[in-house]
Amino acid sequence: MSPEHAPLRSGPRVAVLVSVGRHPVTGRPRRADQDARAVELALGLEQADTRLLHAGRHDDDSDSALRGYLGMGFDSLELIEQNADADVVPALVEALRTQSPRLVLTGAHAETGEGSGMLPWLLAEALGWPVVGGLAAIEKIERDTATLLQALPRGRRRRLRVRLPFVATVDQSAAPARQSAFGPARRGGFEAVAKESRADELQAVWQVAPARKRPARLKVVKSGSARDRFKAAAAKSGGGGGKVLEDATPDQGAEAIMALLREEGVLR
Amino acid sequence: MSDLDLSSAVRRDPRREWILRNRLHPEHAALAATGAASPAEWLGPNGVTRRDPRAVGFIGPNGIRRIDRSGAQHGAGATPGARAAAADNRQRIEIDDPAFVIAVVPDLPGGRLSSHDRDLLGLARRLADADPTAPGAVVAITFGEHRESDFGGAGVDRLLSLSGERFSGYAPEARLAALGSVEQELTPRHWLLPDSTLGGGELGRRLAARLGERPATGVWQLETAADSDSGWRCTARGAAGSSDIVRPLPRMVLALAECAEPVSDTLHAARPLEAAHSLPEGLARIEDLGEIAIDPAEVALAEAEFVLSAGNGIRDWDGYHDAARTLGAAEGASRVAVDNGFMPRNRQVGATGTWVSARVYIAVGISGAVQHLQGIERCDKVIAINLDPNCDMVKRADLAVIGDAEAILATLAERVAAWRAEQETRHVA
Ligand SMILES: Cc1cc2nc3c(=O)[nH]c(=O)nc-3n(C[C@H](O)[C@H](O)[C@H](O)COP(=O)(O)OP(=O)(O)OC[C@H]3O[C@@H](n4cnc5c(N)ncnc54)[C@H](O)[C@@H]3O)c2cc1C
Repeated sequence: MSPEHAPLRSGPRVAVLVSVGRHPVTGRPRRADQDARAVELALGLEQADTRLLHAGRHDDDSDSALRGYLGMGFDSLELIEQNADADVVPALVEALRTQSPRLVLTGAHAETGEGSGMLPWLLAEALGWPVVGGLAAIEKIERDTATLLQALPRGRRRRLRVRLPFVATVDQSAAPARQSAFGPARRGGFEAVAKESRADELQAVWQVAPARKRPARLKVVKSGSARDRFKAAAAKSGGGGGKVLEDATPDQGAEAIMALLREEGVLR
Repeated sequence: MSDLDLSSAVRRDPRREWILRNRLHPEHAALAATGAASPAEWLGPNGVTRRDPRAVGFIGPNGIRRIDRSGAQHGAGATPGARAAAADNRQRIEIDDPAFVIAVVPDLPGGRLSSHDRDLLGLARRLADADPTAPGAVVAITFGEHRESDFGGAGVDRLLSLSGERFSGYAPEARLAALGSVEQELTPRHWLLPDSTLGGGELGRRLAARLGERPATGVWQLETAADSDSGWRCTARGAAGSSDIVRPLPRMVLALAECAEPVSDTLHAARPLEAAHSLPEGLARIEDLGEIAIDPAEVALAEAEFVLSAGNGIRDWDGYHDAARTLGAAEGASRVAVDNGFMPRNRQVGATGTWVSARVYIAVGISGAVQHLQGIERCDKVIAINLDPNCDMVKRADLAVIGDAEAILATLAERVAAWRAEQETRHVA
């Protein structure tokens, strides 16, 4: 199903906020991975009227990156022009107020700049909407609620019901994005809107450098006696200290294991 | 211990001590017998255990004094009080009148402090103890029930436990409202939260947005800085971990694991704190419908929280697969089990397979070769089922059951199935 030729959509209006990503190895601009997953998630919604929204500068770098999103099957992308050092939250809040989508999807972190991951929470606070982190899938959108799956660590999922309209962030647990097709990416256009940008003054005093490797933590053994310190230094890692059940019947063994499993809460 | 100090430091009798030291002195034997010589072991002024090598040990068969330092034998002469104190010689710290408050909201996964939480509390202590004349208090805020008993040892001065049905499950709005009233009540100088997905990372960002604070996220280093308002400067990861931002420390801090050394040699009061106001009842716009059942076999092995791993000691493979299904555990395997064709390659645990991070790892019939043990380094609790009580897996394990794998697995699966059925009926009733 190609969104370009689809009939007028009757479903919920969805805004996906997309940013300019950066390839972790080559450093070249690209679609941001999490944002592309958010777009993919929106494309999976039946009948949804999905729009892409970007606030930032429009130059050669951002052009090629943003066209990556268009190549996922969009005619156009709304671009709010802002200076490079601008705080984009006010401009986005304003744009979302006028668009009034039912659902706003964003990535969890930007791949450039501060990347604090604050944007979705600030938007939701300003709009007064609920916000959900770690969205993995949208199961159902009804008139004024949506049923979602939230990704928990270790591959688990939690089902949530959220009042519309709301903001949700998407991270690595959502399904990976489809390839960006070259033709639609070239054909797609930008609907640019110029908005006054407000400079982010705090950032001026920061020093930004490529990430240093974090020092490995030393294992310090604090013990009063030299013997203990020597033993800890010389011991094989993780050795000893466990409970050993010898000559136990299978029943007793199973009982002990069961007790530990229940204590750790892994049986459900 | 004060009487000890009196006898050894304040009222010294140099002549008597000299005679006691000099075993050839004619009065030595008499004095040593009456004077009930000094104790063999006592606690020095710096908290270090001191020993008198002449008072410990025993005379060996060749007339030579032998000292057994394993602790099995030497305690005979030591006073029980001194030994009990040596077991926990952490300095106790009470901060009665704190100059300010550092609020920490630990994640408490599974109801206990994680190592990330402890690192964060270590960071909080650095902030609180920077000025010894005006120490701050570290207040930990917990939601719902917890099973942690060592808040004091982790550096918590005050413990604010917010309990109640509405904080259980995923209740970010109720938690946020509660933290908002804590802000009004305590006005902490800093808020510290672990920058973890779905835990403090989410709650901290919500709180920052609510309070209108601009947080530092991904903080991993802290140093004093005279030129910043807070007196501190931090290094934080930015741009998806690819850059380091050095900036003045703001009021809200979301810190990464290993951001500071955890507290280890002091014991804090962890005094319970009551919330003065009743907490606000908010309207919940996010409703938690509960976790959904997922097939453990679908979960990536590296992420699984419960792994049942099979090795060369397994004969009955059908029984093993049944047990894994009943327990709801992801299946893992040693290399031998994979090489012999019983398990697929993507289930191999170890140096050349997957590095698992399970909370509970059950190794059935696995001897514990280094290559395998490397793969389970990050597991919390390891259970071994093995015939050989001397194998390395048993040494690594927190619980080892010596016996035949087949019988134990079958019994375990039976019991778990029975327990499940019982839970089910109780649920229905
Ligand atoms: C370069 C290299 C890389 C390797 N990488 C890996 C790796 O990534 N992962 C890995 O696992 N291995 C790896 N190995 C192999 C590793 O050295 C061991 O050979 C392997 O882990 C042993 O597997 P095992 O414990 O299942 O078998 P064994 O060593 O044969 O142990 C079988 C165990 O089962 C017990 N047992 C027997 N019968 C029963 C019974 N009825 N009930 C209960 N217990 C019973 C025995 O007491 C014994 O402890 C690697 C080796 C090399 C050289």
